[in-house]
Amino acid sequence: MLLRQGLGSLFDSLRDLAPIVGVVAFFQLAVLGQPIPNLADLLIGTLMVVIGLTLFVQGLKLGLFPIGEAMAWDFARKGSLMWLLAFAFALGFGTTVAEPALIAVAEEAAAVAAEGELIEDTEAARKDYANGLRYTVALSVGLALVIGVLRILRGWPIQYLIIGGYIGVVVMTALAPREIIGIAYDSGGVTTSTITVPLVTALGVGLASSIEGRNPLTDGFGLIAFASLTPMMFVMGYGILL
Amino acid sequence: MIEAICTIDRIVPICATVDDVLPIIGILVGFQVLVLRRSIPNLAQVLLGFVLVLLGLAFFIEGLERALFPLGKLMAEQLTAPEFLGLDASGTAPPAADWHTYLWVYLFAFAIGFATTIAEPSLIAVAIKANEVSAGAVAIWGLRIAVAIGVAIGITLGAYRIISGTPLHYYIITGYVFVVIQTVFAPKSIVALAYDSGGVTTSTVTVPLVAALGLGLSSSIPGRNPLLDGFGLIAFASLFPMITVMGYAQLSTWYAGRRSRRLSPPSED
Repeated sequence: MLLRQGLGSLFDSLRDLAPIVGVVAFFQLAVLGQPIPNLADLLIGTLMVVIGLTLFVQGLKLGLFPIGEAMAWDFARKGSLMWLLAFAFALGFGTTVAEPALIAVAEEAAAVAAEGELIEDTEAARKDYANGLRYTVALSVGLALVIGVLRILRGWPIQYLIIGGYIGVVVMTALAPREIIGIAYDSGGVTTSTITVPLVTALGVGLASSIEGRNPLTDGFGLIAFASLTPMMFVMGYGILL
Repeated sequence: MIEAICTIDRIVPICATVDDVLPIIGILVGFQVLVLRRSIPNLAQVLLGFVLVLLGLAFFIEGLERALFPLGKLMAEQLTAPEFLGLDASGTAPPAADWHTYLWVYLFAFAIGFATTIAEPSLIAVAIKANEVSAGAVAIWGLRIAVAIGVAIGITLGAYRIISGTPLHYYIITGYVFVVIQTVFAPKSIVALAYDSGGVTTSTVTVPLVAALGLGLSSSIPGRNPLLDGFGLIAFASLFPMITVMGYAQLSTWYAGRRSRRLSPPSED
């Protein structure tokens, strides 16, 4: 029984991965007309990805989803708004500030700023700029989760908040230095990592199901949307202020 | 014991993943113990889940870096190399409208956007949860394919933008207008999920490959600066899934409505 389930999910992961392997093989062999280098390495690596994805999905169902929902219920039962918001902020800030993708983007942004002569082209100036940007984005994700959790509690319709955010992005785009716009727009997408997404989704859905009158589908989702929108505004704001 | 861990770590860098996850675990444990003061239900199961997630991510990322990333990045470089595109050294690029020159680049952008999104673990997580919460109304594969098509269109259009050298914000702002109009007409139950699907698409698998494509394109096309024009593909990839997911919901409501009209006997009026 357990073995069959395990084999089944292994098969699922294989199917999830098949498109990438197919695309890479087609372009390598048919379009570029080159053999696949290190075929053995490629096979071992793909096998590792399949195993990894299988374990991750199992762990998701056993660990990340239950803990996210259990904590949402516990916070709802405790009834302290302040602690819930503090938790939301800590989760957003804490998971973003250490995010490797964000650290990489912040370093590139510092290089762009130095090239565009927004800051001095020295090691120290670039490092300051990158760190400042990192904390700015982390702060904005923390704030996004606070707003998102408040929205679930109060039952505000999501579209007004998001459309308001879009207007904010458009206004900031007009004011921000040209060099920063590309990075700012990209920073929205890179902040939400593979562990944060399931946890935050479970938190939102758990909160919406623990409060009477909220629908987990219409109200529970949406936290990630806020977390991808606020960094755009904050990064452009950072570019304007510096 | 420590020796054994180090040997495993040399094959699969578990410690690096632990570093990434430590702040999250710290926050969870801190609030659970100090604020909620409740014991976690099924603690053993949750712990096992966390271990599986850690191991899974470590294997996943190591496998990608060993196999698919080097090849995918090399491929993005080769497909965008001036020699492959047939650009001459005189420094003038054929206009972006000349799609023959860039056909393979566009096809690669579309295919890699679709394929990486299907394998994206955070999208799998959100699709599972949405299916569970909607009692099956949101199909796991329906959502994943809708998002993947959105990313594919986004990356392709993003490649066109780099080639044509047009400003990023025109595209994104037009996309926003589109999202707002669609929000008015889409079924209300899907709106929040559609907005979320913008952010979840771009993580572990997609970002490195797409970044390589953007960097390759902006360094081969004359007149583009990789630092300024190489960015923006992720922004496209986070915008278009919103449009395709709402479109998917609109299509399936329309289809369900048509079917129920056909099945029910015609009314008297």
